[in-house]
Amino acid sequence: MATSLNRKSSKTRSTVRRFRVSRFVFASIVALLVFAAVSPEPSAAMAGGVPSGSTVNAAPAAPSANANTPASAISAPASAGKPDTPATSAKSETPTAPAAHKDTCLDCHSILPEPLGVTAEKFAEDIHSQKGLTCAGCHGGDPTTDDADKAMNRKAGWKGKIERKQIPQLCGSCHDNPAYMRQYNPSLRTDQLAQYHTSIHGKRLAGGDTKVAVCIDCHSVHDIKPPSDPRATVNPVNVAKTCSRCHADAATMKPYGIPTDQFANYSKSVHHDAITKRGDLSAPTCTTCHGNHGAAPPGVDKVQNVCSTCHVFQAQMYEKSSHKDAFNKANLPGCVVCHSNHAITHPTDAKLAAGPEAVCMTCHTKGDRCDQARETLLAGITRLDDAIKRADQELALAEASGMEVSQPRLAQSQASDALTKARVTIHSFKKELVDADIQEGLKVAQANLMAGQKAMAERNYRRVGLGISLLAIALMVAGLWAYIKEIESEEPQEVMVKGAGD
Amino acid sequence: MTVLAQVRSWLDERLEWDDLIAPLRKKTVPRHKLSYWYFLGGMTLFLFGVQVLTGILLLLYYRPGANEAFESVQYLVTQVQFGWLLRSIHSWSANLMIFTAFAHMFSVLFLKAYRKPRELTWVSGVVLLFLVMGFGFSGYLLPWNTLAYFATKVGTEITGQVPVVGRPLMIFLRGGEDVTGATLTRFFGFHVAVLPGIATLLIAIHILLVQRLGMSVPPRVESEWTVNPSARREMKFFPNFALRELMAWYVALGILGALAAIFPWNLGVKADPFAPAPAGIKPEWYFLFMFQTLKLIPSKIWIIDGEVLGVIGFGVVALLWVLLPFFESQETSRPKKWITGAAIFALAYMMGMSIYGHLAQ
Amino acid sequence: MATGQQTVKPQQAVKPPDKDKLKSAPRRWFTEALLGGGFLATAMAFIYPVFRYLIPPETADLGGDSVVAGKVGELKPNSGKIFRFGSRPGLLVRTAGGEYKAMSATCTHLSCTVQYRDDLHEVWCACHNGKYNMDGRNISGPPPRPLEAFDVNVRGDEIFVRRRREV
Repeated sequence: MATSLNRKSSKTRSTVRRFRVSRFVFASIVALLVFAAVSPEPSAAMAGGVPSGSTVNAAPAAPSANANTPASAISAPASAGKPDTPATSAKSETPTAPAAHKDTCLDCHSILPEPLGVTAEKFAEDIHSQKGLTCAGCHGGDPTTDDADKAMNRKAGWKGKIERKQIPQLCGSCHDNPAYMRQYNPSLRTDQLAQYHTSIHGKRLAGGDTKVAVCIDCHSVHDIKPPSDPRATVNPVNVAKTCSRCHADAATMKPYGIPTDQFANYSKSVHHDAITKRGDLSAPTCTTCHGNHGAAPPGVDKVQNVCSTCHVFQAQMYEKSSHKDAFNKANLPGCVVCHSNHAITHPTDAKLAAGPEAVCMTCHTKGDRCDQARETLLAGITRLDDAIKRADQELALAEASGMEVSQPRLAQSQASDALTKARVTIHSFKKELVDADIQEGLKVAQANLMAGQKAMAERNYRRVGLGISLLAIALMVAGLWAYIKEIESEEPQEVMVKGAGD
Repeated sequence: MTVLAQVRSWLDERLEWDDLIAPLRKKTVPRHKLSYWYFLGGMTLFLFGVQVLTGILLLLYYRPGANEAFESVQYLVTQVQFGWLLRSIHSWSANLMIFTAFAHMFSVLFLKAYRKPRELTWVSGVVLLFLVMGFGFSGYLLPWNTLAYFATKVGTEITGQVPVVGRPLMIFLRGGEDVTGATLTRFFGFHVAVLPGIATLLIAIHILLVQRLGMSVPPRVESEWTVNPSARREMKFFPNFALRELMAWYVALGILGALAAIFPWNLGVKADPFAPAPAGIKPEWYFLFMFQTLKLIPSKIWIIDGEVLGVIGFGVVALLWVLLPFFESQETSRPKKWITGAAIFALAYMMGMSIYGHLAQ
Repeated sequence: MATGQQTVKPQQAVKPPDKDKLKSAPRRWFTEALLGGGFLATAMAFIYPVFRYLIPPETADLGGDSVVAGKVGELKPNSGKIFRFGSRPGLLVRTAGGEYKAMSATCTHLSCTVQYRDDLHEVWCACHNGKYNMDGRNISGPPPRPLEAFDVNVRGDEIFVRRRREV
């Protein structure tokens, strides 16, 4: 223990030196680790900083002669809606670009009130403006001069406000010209004007009625967007609203005697839900069935042709059925008779029943041959529906008990498919055909029900196994307890008494 | 000689077996009103053993990797004989173990068993508690179902909130910027190799310390027994206490079996990273109190981001928790009252926040 | 807790228990029976499931990214069949030229199950007349996206289908 002072101090000194060295080494290791942990990786640094992938609109392309900006092709970027394509940005700055872009009309008209006013922002959203057209492209006149008289000179070709009757012709002067349109978008159709002339609107306009729809009523004016732009009035999402501006207005439609409930009805339909809620642009809107430029109702005996473009199977069944001839003879509009034209709601089995939603009984008499057939059809469908539900219940029970039943669950979709198929086959109005589908579905549903029951049996088997194991454990625990009691009762009793001392 | 006695003498000749286990024979367990709490440590150890055993068995069929993990668990639970049992026992035992670990920690806290000279036992124990929660977090992802995927996403996202080291730590945990198959592989490595290795070491240290230092007696009982030595009661660890513990372990096994058979663990739906997160994603119950706390902190406190402050807060509390014994007075017979107060507050806070988090939308 | 106690003093000799043995003989036997029987029962209850677990099941697990969709000779040329791929349906088609093609069978429009039309030589969805070509590309009707295409390998007499990308 006791050491001489000298020895102790030298020991201390060398110890201190070693301690200093080791402290330094320790500190540098810690520093190294901290540095490794904190310094970001090259990719991490970039990703963590500036948001990756700067937007397409950073494209700096200087506008070429007629501003054929490829970036603002008819499709996507226009949907971004930003008035930042080179053409328009060139317009707002002092243009070094060709004089074609100078548009002095906007200098005055952007600050005038309605109806003469068109703001620069509004016009910048127009696809024509983005392609390099100025006001003069439609209205004539000279957009390069600041002199109002020179700019708006009727003798020099200025048209002023275009008359409604002239509008289709005016738009068609470009849009009907394939050679011209090819410069901008070779895939654009150029038969809109021809189609328009066949439409109800076109025919009435030719007859002198200027209240009917012309191009600008649907496509808007001065801020026309391509149909693919979700804000465009003619984008599928907005078409019904655009049509309803006139067709849902009682005052406008009164002179024509056309009902005005179509939009209200359509808003209740599954097709409307598909477009607005699910964003499914393939679902039909007004123009899908009525046409857009050649707008006219398909015609009473042609309705099923229109529906059959999507609902192929149903149409095929209907073609072969007894109802086709019957409806044709009675001049009834096919599909529309049972499903309505605008208010096409999701069909339920109640349509086949005898209650308030029943469609069959609106024509057929109670108790007749067809009524009985209807009952049979309904009974079969209900039977399959119930079988599927029962199997689903059993499987859900098994699943809730922890059994793995994903295979029968998957197979249930086959049964559901069979039910869907049966409901489609109803349009053949033939009992045998519907029954075939139902039997197929019943087989699958039955198999799945049995799988669910098997799973429940397995569950019960497990519980029995658990019971047995718990019994074994109880036995063991009882044995241990008894053993403990025994060895502790064997311990000498004096111990307890003796414990009183010390 | 009986076979057992023969084996013992054989071992003794080669390993000096009797000398080795002599301390065990002498070990006693104090008997008082609060003795029942002594069971919790052993119970946690037992459940850990169950985890190791069932985990090894699960390893025979489980495949890590985004393409195969869910399917391998599905196969295990449906096709492999008693696979459902082992998997459910593993999941239930995990939760039970985390519960007993917390209970054990709180009982030690309230019975003041962390006082000198048992500070290191406490430190190793708290680190073990953190490891056990890490086990829970890493293991939860392994079946690669929707809940696990999004819970991991949120959990690692919160880790990234720590200033300075948070982001590198998050990237380290995730094996990249996002939660992907790489995260799964990494968590698998943590769960079956890294964490078990560290945990085994710490458990060994922890138990060794308990054996060396003996069982602690709560302060009040201690003072009673100092005043009245004849009132002191001790039970032999082996065989008396050990047998009782064995009973408790068997009962726990029975409970696990019942839970596995009657409330089997859900398989869920395979994770789809491109699907939106299901509404109301919550972590497992043992993280709820932290999760709920973070949700309640306002988004900005002064100039600091609320969530960052919360995460730092938890880090500080965790550190203090580890160092708790060093705040205790050196006079072990008069422990500080404020520590008891803090302990009560902590328990109430954790329980309250967990319930709140469970009931909240 | 039970009544066993022991004082701190180690000098206390333990009294030999033979005097009590006579009294507790039947109880001892009962205890031993309980203990032995319990231990055996619990051991069996643990070992049996573990033993069964260790034996690999008959239906092999190929992993989530590969399944056997069918056997060679099962499909005639120009026909198709639905098979299960994980938790979703897949479509296996044998073209008129004898080649095998596989793709997801869930229509990308409204999730109906598609089928192979041998008259059209196309994959068709009965719900709204959607059509896909043999590579799964959507070519007509409402479907907005192609069907996910799978790789097909014929090994021996089994047709293996595997996913192309890791999720």
